[in-house]
Amino acid sequence: MTEATLPRTARFDRLGTLLGVTGVAALAGLSFVLVKANRIVPGIPRSLLEAAPPLAGWACLACLALAATAALFVFNARLRLGAALLGIGALLLALGAAGDALTPLGNRVVRISAGPAFWVVLVCLGLMATDAITRMRPGPARRVLWLAGFIAVAVLALKSGRFDHLSVMREYAVNAERFSRELLRHVLLAAGSLGAAALAGLPLGIACYRVPRIREAILGALNVIQTIPAIALFGILMAPLGALAAAVPLAGRLGIRGIGAAPAVVALFLYSLLPIVANTVQGLRRVSRQAVEAARGMGMTPGQVLLRVEMPLALPVIVTGVRVVLVQNIGMVTVAALIGGGGLGTFVFQGIGQTAIDLVLLGAIPIVALAFSAAVVLDALVEVMDRVKQ
Amino acid sequence: MITVENLSKVYDGTTVVDAVSMVIEKNTTTVIVGTSGSGKSTLLRMINRLVEPTGGRVLIEGRDTREEPAHLLRRRIGYAIQGHGLFPHRTVAENIGTVPQLLGWSAARIQARVEELLQVFQLDPKAYADAMPHELSGGQQQRVGVARALAAEPAVLLMDEPFGALDPIIRAKAQEDLLEIRRRFGTTIVLVTHDMDEAFHLGDRVAVMSGGRLLQYDRPARLLTQPADPFVARMTGMGDRAMRLLSLTTAGEAALPGRGSGPAVTASASLREALSELVWQGADSAQVVDADGTARGHLTLDAILRHGRPS
Ligand SMILES: Nc1ncnc2c1ncn2[C@@H]1O[C@H](COP(=O)(O)OP(=O)(O)OP(=O)(O)O)[C@@H](O)[C@H]1O
Ligand SMILES: [Mg+2]
Repeated sequence: MTEATLPRTARFDRLGTLLGVTGVAALAGLSFVLVKANRIVPGIPRSLLEAAPPLAGWACLACLALAATAALFVFNARLRLGAALLGIGALLLALGAAGDALTPLGNRVVRISAGPAFWVVLVCLGLMATDAITRMRPGPARRVLWLAGFIAVAVLALKSGRFDHLSVMREYAVNAERFSRELLRHVLLAAGSLGAAALAGLPLGIACYRVPRIREAILGALNVIQTIPAIALFGILMAPLGALAAAVPLAGRLGIRGIGAAPAVVALFLYSLLPIVANTVQGLRRVSRQAVEAARGMGMTPGQVLLRVEMPLALPVIVTGVRVVLVQNIGMVTVAALIGGGGLGTFVFQGIGQTAIDLVLLGAIPIVALAFSAAVVLDALVEVMDRVKQ
Repeated sequence: MITVENLSKVYDGTTVVDAVSMVIEKNTTTVIVGTSGSGKSTLLRMINRLVEPTGGRVLIEGRDTREEPAHLLRRRIGYAIQGHGLFPHRTVAENIGTVPQLLGWSAARIQARVEELLQVFQLDPKAYADAMPHELSGGQQQRVGVARALAAEPAVLLMDEPFGALDPIIRAKAQEDLLEIRRRFGTTIVLVTHDMDEAFHLGDRVAVMSGGRLLQYDRPARLLTQPADPFVARMTGMGDRAMRLLSLTTAGEAALPGRGSGPAVTASASLREALSELVWQGADSAQVVDADGTARGHLTLDAILRHGRPS
């Protein structure tokens, strides 16, 4: 049965019921925060009301109850979104308040981190919010505005100091300078390898489209590269790049070495080629034959046909490939940290090495946020371009 | 004038167009008909070198088309295809302005030309110049396709089944537009169609092709009265050839002097329509009048029927 045919008197929202019940069960049965005497020891679980000051705790519970009620019984998408955002805000503020309350004045060793109940409820509310936004069917521009709004609110909230006593923020405070550097490096590695792949992939894609004989061979080879695990590809690249650096001193001075950023960029470049080349071929094939025939018939040179008709019409499909690559690269740059490539992955692997989960989160949360933002922005771009033509 | 000399095209050992020669006079409409796969499109596309001939040559105004680069040649020749082939990412005005833009006309001149053409094709420039092709109806898209082909005032217009996708009413309208275009701009038109009615209605001359060969190239009436080949007779339709012949003459052309009696038929109506009217009304003579009602003469049943026989 589709949404439209559901009787308007249906009393429960199915997804909402699942999310509401899960959230309530998590709050009742799991711990809201973990209190650790220092960075390494196991945490002592605390429930919401035990952890937060009474006023904050009860206020948060009231907001969450409201959100759960909305999840079950309210069908208006705007109201549902409002309730979900209210719940998320209350949850975060309560966590911040718990951090403040549980940290003895001047103690810089104790660690207050979010417990399983917090994460489960956050995911439930996040799903409720995205579901509501999807139901509102916002246009591409509006989705990007929403994203910008969320990012602005998140940055302001983190700068406000309300969360400074939480363990992730403690890790940030210690590593602030490195964090900015690795964040920038992460973005540069992901975008740089994408840029290089676009520069090489577009001509290669056009060639594959024009010359069917080389198409199979090139796409086949790129497909094989895709199946090599990242770590293995880094390993494969270390030897030749190391040898290159040893043989050509200039290469070494340019930063080309067996470990570090060079093999990471080369590997990401190779991974990026397949989506870009394949989507370029696919996009060009999708271009109306009649439009191309008309363009030739009216006296465009082959170059003009390509630049004025074929490429613009293929662009939405190509940008879809760019989206895949960018999101994929943002994730895979993480692994580059293992071979000294830098990026936010350094925090993740350092955290794993020290069993410091907060350090892992300091790296992982921004990576997820980056990938999500890239997906939203590029999806909006594809939709705008698709709407212009048709 | 377009002179086609011994033009051939061979694909992988198959001769698709076989030594075709024909002379297309200035300011006429030539229609190419033939079964599917008989080489009509290939012949047409060799005129603007979208297909390079295997043998023979094409002269336009006495000049071999191979004397200049193909893309420059094509900018001087209008080209319209079935399903219009409009650029979906360009506005109607940009689509129409394609060739003028390639030729480097000034923006003001392009805009003036676009507006003129939109008006010729009864599309209000204010409403349609900035519309995207997908916002137009099929008939409107097709008109924009023809307008685009005419934008740079080409002396020659090539059309490959331009009206194939249109419903009968819009199709009839498009055909009238085309006749009007030729009167107005003096364009030499070469058109490919599957529709014999369209061929007889539009063509000053009709070329019948089969298996890559040009079987007959003649005036429509001669195709009916003196088919060069049994295939031509089959193609033009044995069953209603008398009616076809009647449709080629107008009441005005066949009118006898003197005011007659009976129903009035307009001078621009074909004898086929006049005959139909007489049969319908049970009359044996008709008055021929102009659109404004002035008498032009009369027609008798006998006189009409004489036009439906080879003389
Ligand atoms: N590029 C090509 N390569 C090989 N064969 C071709 C090519 N173009 C056309 N042909 C063949 O040439 C023959 C004539 O094609 P053409 O398009 O000229 O026919 P047509 O008379 O226009 O047919 P239709 O009425 O179906 O449009 C067909 O058998 C076709 O398969
Ligand atoms: Mg054809």
